[in-house]
Amino acid sequence: MEKKLKVAALRNGTVIDHIPSDKLFKVVSILHLDTCLNQITLANNLESAKIGSKGLVKISDRALEEDETNKIALIAPNAKINIIKEYEVVEKRPLVLPDEIREIVQCGNPNCITNHQPVVTRFFVLNEEGVNRLKCRYCEREVRLEEVKIK
Amino acid sequence: MTTKEQNMKNNSLVSISDYSKEEILAILDSAADFEANPNRKTLDGKVIATLFFEPSTRTRLSFETAVIRLGGSIIGFSDAATSSSSKGETLNDTIHMVSCYADAIVMRHPLEGTARYAAEVSPVPIVNAGDGANQHPSQTLLDLYSILKTQGTLENLTICLVGDLKYGRTVHSLIMAMSHFNPTFKFIAPDELKMPDEYKVFCKKNNISFTDVSELTNNFNDADILYMTRVQKERFQDLMEYERVKNVYTLKNSMLENTKSNLRILHPLPRVSEIDPDVDSNEKAYYFRQAQNGLYVRQAIMSKVVLNQKQE
Repeated sequence: MEKKLKVAALRNGTVIDHIPSDKLFKVVSILHLDTCLNQITLANNLESAKIGSKGLVKISDRALEEDETNKIALIAPNAKINIIKEYEVVEKRPLVLPDEIREIVQCGNPNCITNHQPVVTRFFVLNEEGVNRLKCRYCEREVRLEEVKIK
Repeated sequence: MTTKEQNMKNNSLVSISDYSKEEILAILDSAADFEANPNRKTLDGKVIATLFFEPSTRTRLSFETAVIRLGGSIIGFSDAATSSSSKGETLNDTIHMVSCYADAIVMRHPLEGTARYAAEVSPVPIVNAGDGANQHPSQTLLDLYSILKTQGTLENLTICLVGDLKYGRTVHSLIMAMSHFNPTFKFIAPDELKMPDEYKVFCKKNNISFTDVSELTNNFNDADILYMTRVQKERFQDLMEYERVKNVYTLKNSMLENTKSNLRILHPLPRVSEIDPDVDSNEKAYYFRQAQNGLYVRQAIMSKVVLNQKQE
């Protein structure tokens, strides 16, 4: 009962739950929610049995596209995405790392052109022996997912 | 769009991995034709821009010679200080401007990834003549041509790579290119400049056998190719360490006594102290002829990228 009072129910839209608290505002930034005109509810530092402390985003009247939600997979791979219609969850969407990540990652190579000229960053997502790595499309350097710098 | 699709669109050559085994072999065939007859006018009436944002002697001169021998004309610059980039023009704008005048652009740039980016925005083919420490595919193709010429085959060779294997772009590209031909590699480098793990992973994935050692002496007696590279002082944080290793990786004539008769020594040049001048007169020294091969290979590359251009 108490939980329901903390965050109001959503009639239509998208709920992103189980975001690690320290990643909530990165998620806001990646999804460009700072410029979104829909009603948005943010909650942070909520108690979570699974991850200790979590954040939550509710976006009214907008079902995020898969390519948008998949951007979150990079920083919050265990976040839960629910698409809501008339208070009902109509889709529980798994997060899948896309084949290519654009714009949100900064190349760690200081000599890469993307760090010197107005070039949108593009990274290929590689999976070798179960380990995900990103490879810069331009300078071709590879980094492990844990080392990725989000812009 | 994948990088391969992108490059097919405008026929650019950015990385050796853009070319299949068949395309590599076709370039080497074509280079042999140009060696037999270097003055064919396949680029008659074409204008090629050479944009060298950092200095280069060998690469620029051999590309320009290749174009002139093919009957084409050259525009461009050999120093970024004389281009509009010194006024703050973006690479995107420079490429668009130059592509109004030229049928293809040969570019060297100190920043990594510039060639790939240029190939994305350019309506004319881009030939990467080196982007920082990243790729230098025409060097790789001339290395392959030199190996083929001296060994008669590219298949099943034992290749020793010596020197700066960490930052040396030529050795990284050579591994990728040779992966089509079942090589055996021996990596010989000081601990500071060992072959990066990603290339060892690449070898394992492609079933390429390799060994990793630190000593040069007596470690290449089974080699068909000894590929020397320069140990660069600026790569070392500890200059004492540089002083210690710089002469350990110097090849001397006396070290070649027990090597195979077909062994040939390659070096992308310029060399500093890693090959003693007493090696130059040994018939196994091939590095100057290797540089000459660059001309024929670059003739083959320029003919392919300009003449195979897709009309949009």
